[in-house]
Amino acid sequence: MILKSKLFGKVYEFKDVKDVLGKANELKSGDQLAGVAAETVQERIAAKACLANLTVKDIYENPVAPYEEDEVTRCIQDGINFKAYERCKNWTIAQLREFILDDHTTTAMIRDISNGLSAEVASAVTKLMSSIDLMIGAQKMPVYKTCVTTCGYPDRLSFRLQPNHTTDDLDAMRITYMEGFSYCVGDALFGMNPVDDTVGSVDRVLRDYWDFARKWEIPTQVCCLAHVTTQMECIKNGAPADMIFQSIAGSQIANDAFGVNIAMLDEAQDLMVHHGTGHGEDVLYFETGEGAELSADGHWDADQLTMEARCYGLAKRYHPYLVDSVVGFIGPEYLYDGKQVARAGMEDHFMGKLLGISMGCDACYTNHMKCDQNDNENLEILLAASGCNFFMGVPCADDCMLMYQSTGFHDDHATRQAVHKKPLPEFEKWCQKMGFLEEDGLTLGPNAGDASVFL
Amino acid sequence: MVSDDKLKEIIAQVVGEMMKDAPAAKANKACKSCCCENVSDDSLEDLTAYKLNEWYQVPNAHNEAEYRRLKMLTPARLGVWHCGAREMTNTMLRFRADHAAAQDAVFNEFPAEFLEQRGIKEFATRSDCKDTYLTRPDLGRRLSEDGAKALKAFVSKKPQVVVYASDGLSGTAIEANYDIVIPAIMNGLKAYGYDACEPFFVRYGRVGAQDEVSEVTGCDVCCVLIGERPGLATAESMSAYLTWHGTIGMSESKRTVVSNIHNAGTPAAEAGAHIADIIDQMFKQKASGLDLKL
Repeated sequence: MILKSKLFGKVYEFKDVKDVLGKANELKSGDQLAGVAAETVQERIAAKACLANLTVKDIYENPVAPYEEDEVTRCIQDGINFKAYERCKNWTIAQLREFILDDHTTTAMIRDISNGLSAEVASAVTKLMSSIDLMIGAQKMPVYKTCVTTCGYPDRLSFRLQPNHTTDDLDAMRITYMEGFSYCVGDALFGMNPVDDTVGSVDRVLRDYWDFARKWEIPTQVCCLAHVTTQMECIKNGAPADMIFQSIAGSQIANDAFGVNIAMLDEAQDLMVHHGTGHGEDVLYFETGEGAELSADGHWDADQLTMEARCYGLAKRYHPYLVDSVVGFIGPEYLYDGKQVARAGMEDHFMGKLLGISMGCDACYTNHMKCDQNDNENLEILLAASGCNFFMGVPCADDCMLMYQSTGFHDDHATRQAVHKKPLPEFEKWCQKMGFLEEDGLTLGPNAGDASVFL
Repeated sequence: MVSDDKLKEIIAQVVGEMMKDAPAAKANKACKSCCCENVSDDSLEDLTAYKLNEWYQVPNAHNEAEYRRLKMLTPARLGVWHCGAREMTNTMLRFRADHAAAQDAVFNEFPAEFLEQRGIKEFATRSDCKDTYLTRPDLGRRLSEDGAKALKAFVSKKPQVVVYASDGLSGTAIEANYDIVIPAIMNGLKAYGYDACEPFFVRYGRVGAQDEVSEVTGCDVCCVLIGERPGLATAESMSAYLTWHGTIGMSESKRTVVSNIHNAGTPAAEAGAHIADIIDQMFKQKASGLDLKL
């Protein structure tokens, strides 16, 4: 293993694999805050050059958090397919990049090795990818998952309907989700973020949503984004849920801060297999976001992209129906501006797809970040063209409860039009039946935008 | 030698000749006659004057009355209609206006004139500019060396209560609420008989800076009024964080918070009176945060 590289005659020396990974990352304010970023632009490129020459084995054998102390590391290291690993362990990261991008490398060929890649390896190759690389690479790696319906088709684009409200008022949420459905949003997931994380309140929400979806025969999956333990309690008490949700992070320490661990997630999955209302195999929904580990002081001096990859490494254990990188939610101390958010969104999607995750993105931003709706629409289009499985849908991109901006009903279907992707098949037919969508699957129908069709 | 006046005359003449045939000059003239002479004194209606839950523009809805009734229950931007799959122009402009207010609240420098006009003394944190403030939360939690020294000199004798303001993530919130909330708190404290030092301002401050303020001034209760991260609904929301015997590195659970102070939330006058009551309770119970029973 060589940890020195040379640029313009100057030698750059790196401490260890973790140091190379950190310094090879594209500029992120969170890596600077953590003190793991390259000091100069040239040092960044020198680190990339060093990384390009490391092998899959070098990276696999040097996880960023110690095996003995971190259950996420154990989950990732023990979870790979060793036959697949044997096939590619001696490849350099540069060769891995070129293999993925080669026109003659098929989806099946990538899948022959991808189960042998640890999260750290996925992060490593992502650091050598430019924007178009991330797009071309991800397009080759569709991931299909089934809960009530199946998502992941390359020619389809789906959305999570997120009808949040400041007090979880049912009538206020009803008019919000009715309008969302009328704009053909809600095929990926029909689920809100509760303000009140109590069993009584979450039970009430689950029943309302589930009854509405079944009454109107909407082909989608229902979920309420409370803490996993609250949802489990509701489901044990008989509440209907197609999926169970949890925010996860890339280290045990950071997961502790979310009040979650592997045993708890195992139990949640088992509960859904026996008591969930979705008939497919894929019944979990996770949210992640770069910077969560540093924010919980659980980043093990690793860069935030690598820690994010480890979230997907953990998620893989549960073959979730959806994983959502809530990319711009955390703030400018982790992702400074629209440029850093867009880069992170593209990276997360690519890494997730490489690891076999049904990857979506909450393209979003807060008001203390140098980013606006134009930046956000750019990211939605870039990721839609990359084959992203889903985005969020909130009224006019303004989430009145979480106080951030995401992608709006009017952005979502327009993105389908821009990249010529229709809704998920069953949902497309339903939207046509309701008069929300024309026969072509792209033009909005006469009832679009009128929530009172349901009243 | 040509005199200055003569020179000016020559130049004017040459320029005049040049302009005579220039198409740009003609265009300017045409423009003047068609748009500038018919200017009305009226202003367009203020896009931001409408309450979002009353803004409704769905034509021929299946059930307009019920649509409007339900929409009143939420600030979500609903019933806005569409052109193709996209937003109507007024909806798009209203969103951009609300975001503009939020961005200006965060990124504009807190005006020095505001402080000068009121004779408010300013102290510095270790953040030297807005950018550092946003990317290095740790630096906004500490006073600069000079700032700490100056504050110590400013507070000559140990006060029971320190009340100060900080721009935080919205200077706009301080500008909107300061003149009402400060007298309300100070009058309340006076009525309870507590001694408070003159209010001051800490630029680029995070909430945690109040712990160093407590240590430097030796106060019993420290109350910082700080601008909240703006949402699209308002850029004027302010919070008050209060501690009893604050120290650097103390647990976050020892802070008592009064949030959402703005016209559509808890109005500043009401909040000020409430804060004075809380301070009185803090003296009685000698506690703050989770340890304080209100």
